[in-house]
Amino acid sequence: MAEEPIILFEHVNKTYKNGTIGLKDINLSIPKGQFLVVVGLSGAGKSTLLRTINRMHGITDGKLYVDGDEISQYKGKALRTLRRQIGMIFQNFNLVNRSSVQKNVLSGRVGYYPAWKSILGLFSKSDRDKAVRSLRRVNMLEKLYARADELSGGQQQRVAIARTLMQDPKIILADEPIASLDPKTTKTVMDTLKSLNQEDEMTVIVNLHSVSLAREYADRIIGLRAGEVVYDQMIENVKEADLNQIYQTEEDS
Amino acid sequence: MENSQKIPSRSFAQRWHIKPILGTVIMVILLVFSSQMADVNVGMFFANLSQFTDLLVRMSNPTWSYLSIIWQPLYETIQMAILGTTIGTIFAVPFSLLAASNLVHNGIIRNVIRIILDLVRTLPDLLLAAIFVAIFGIGSTAGVVTLAIFSFGMISKLFYEVIETIDMGPIEALESVGARKLTVIWYAVIPQILNQFISYFLYTLEINVRASTVLGYIGAGGIGVFLQRSLNEFNYGATAVIILATLIIVLVIDGISNHLRRILL
Repeated sequence: MAEEPIILFEHVNKTYKNGTIGLKDINLSIPKGQFLVVVGLSGAGKSTLLRTINRMHGITDGKLYVDGDEISQYKGKALRTLRRQIGMIFQNFNLVNRSSVQKNVLSGRVGYYPAWKSILGLFSKSDRDKAVRSLRRVNMLEKLYARADELSGGQQQRVAIARTLMQDPKIILADEPIASLDPKTTKTVMDTLKSLNQEDEMTVIVNLHSVSLAREYADRIIGLRAGEVVYDQMIENVKEADLNQIYQTEEDS
Repeated sequence: MENSQKIPSRSFAQRWHIKPILGTVIMVILLVFSSQMADVNVGMFFANLSQFTDLLVRMSNPTWSYLSIIWQPLYETIQMAILGTTIGTIFAVPFSLLAASNLVHNGIIRNVIRIILDLVRTLPDLLLAAIFVAIFGIGSTAGVVTLAIFSFGMISKLFYEVIETIDMGPIEALESVGARKLTVIWYAVIPQILNQFISYFLYTLEINVRASTVLGYIGAGGIGVFLQRSLNEFNYGATAVIILATLIIVLVIDGISNHLRRILL
């Protein structure tokens, strides 16, 4: 396993404007190529943690390094360049329903084009081929010209993964990617993420509710509670009882 | 938790339906007062009904030959409406994007834009037409400018309200791939609202076709100019033709637009 951290949190805090604490003194070193699963109750800060990495959420203080660069103050072009190297997958897929699968997938590449070119749809031949390859990778090529809202949830999530592949990401952030899917499509999506991790050596960070899935796919599991890291173990050291404790609420104990 | 859940009791106001009753009473009082203040006399309407029937009798003999003369101004009326609506819409798009609270987080910009739009909407179209007839002279230019401003105010509001109801997920996705604001709007906002935009455009066009017949009456071009002339000359046969032709045109335009909007939504 590679040892150089691709993501490094140093004393990261995030407090929302209304005073709610999002993250509390997060210290995490995520090595390149790791498959990291974040577990915790709803509202524990899993989504916030994920979104600080591509700066969809800012942090209040602390330092956050991605690939060696401190990114917490990035703006404008630097921020867009950071984001285009980080793929993101969402619980609700976030495809544009009324657009074709092809257009949705190509939209993953717009970070590499000036605004006027992407608006006129002037994608290069190699990027159009790349869209075809990305869809083939997730077994969705036959739907190239279908409208996104004609697809089932599992199919939409695979298209969303194809969109992410267009970015050539080094890191993939997946925010509860299977929460709206049935067990069978869950496996397809998780297997795809695992293959991106193992074959393409992408660093994958997934938020999950399911402890059993976490154990099945993760290299490492961290647990969050009330914005704090309360658990951090490599998979070979993870014990069932520890995980159940993460999900314990104050009322239970 | 113990299982001691009871049905919560309703408040006094809820039990006796205070709000709807009070609302109705206030409404009735307002109606009675305003009709007294404005000196509206319902009796007068019935007393003068004979004049109305008299006018109808005189108009019951349409001079059909007049149709060949009003063909051109009718056509002009429709052109005015299309031109005015289109120009207004072109200006409305950027303003509506800037007025939408889910796209522009800067409250100052948003509120300045909204105040401008509110001001534009408070100007009555007849007043605008009167001003532009004074500036551009009698003719369709004044009508087009009036309709453009009127459409701008109306469409901007309809558009930004549509924008505020869109699904924010795709916007988040496009931002996460490193897209610029303009690209985000093009890829994630426009596809979600395009059909409703076209529908509102057609709706405004319908209104403008009707409005432009009235605007012509004060000299802003189109069929209204001829309507006013025929009435001044007591040429009621011609008036009847104009009214009938306008009615048919408006019905046809409404029909087409309603049909298209049904398909779109």
